[in-house]
Amino acid sequence: MARIAGVNIPTGKRVPIALTYIHGIGRTVAMQICEATGIAPNRRVNELSDAEVLAIREHIDANLTVEGELRRTAQMNIKRMMDLGSYRGLRHRRGLPVRGQRTHTNARTRKGPAKAIAGKKK
Amino acid sequence: MARSVWKGPFVDAYVLKKAEKVRESGRNEVIKIWSRRSTILPQFVGLTFGVYNGKKHVPVNVSEDMIGQKFGEYSPTRTYYGHAADKKAKRK
Repeated sequence: MARIAGVNIPTGKRVPIALTYIHGIGRTVAMQICEATGIAPNRRVNELSDAEVLAIREHIDANLTVEGELRRTAQMNIKRMMDLGSYRGLRHRRGLPVRGQRTHTNARTRKGPAKAIAGKKK
Repeated sequence: MARSVWKGPFVDAYVLKKAEKVRESGRNEVIKIWSRRSTILPQFVGLTFGVYNGKKHVPVNVSEDMIGQKFGEYSPTRTYYGHAADKKAKRK
């Protein structure tokens, strides 16, 4: 078990895959981390020495924003748009799609489950 | 797709001229513009623009965070008051 970037405890999977369990790290960034720290991508997390885990941890701390901090900045960006009174902020406030998608039908991801309209259907 | 950098930001010329005039006069009056497509430039910060939404000029106080966005973003063109509750609601 290895703790990297706070609470994340990736499993006995290959290193690049295990790293993607961290919010803000995908396959591409995970591969870059492996390259930067000189860890072969086919090795598993439980094979890593303490020094290698430490190297990964330090690389992330130094170069990336992940987890809580990333979530916070994203939330801040949304809040900034809302406070500014821009169109995008307005859409966030209403819980509607922000990027110009149609709302006549679909858009269920943003709008949530369909609400029944009384008296529809003849 | 984003706009090419080498073109620079797009602003309708009359917006620049009007903003310049107001800045020189030093009064903070509402600058009426119709150009919703113009980019908000750093030199517009602190000025107030009346951005046309198809019906009236919506006053927009330009702040630093708005730089790089378009004027139209701050002047909604649609009014939506929600659906009125249906009177004869229960009628199969």
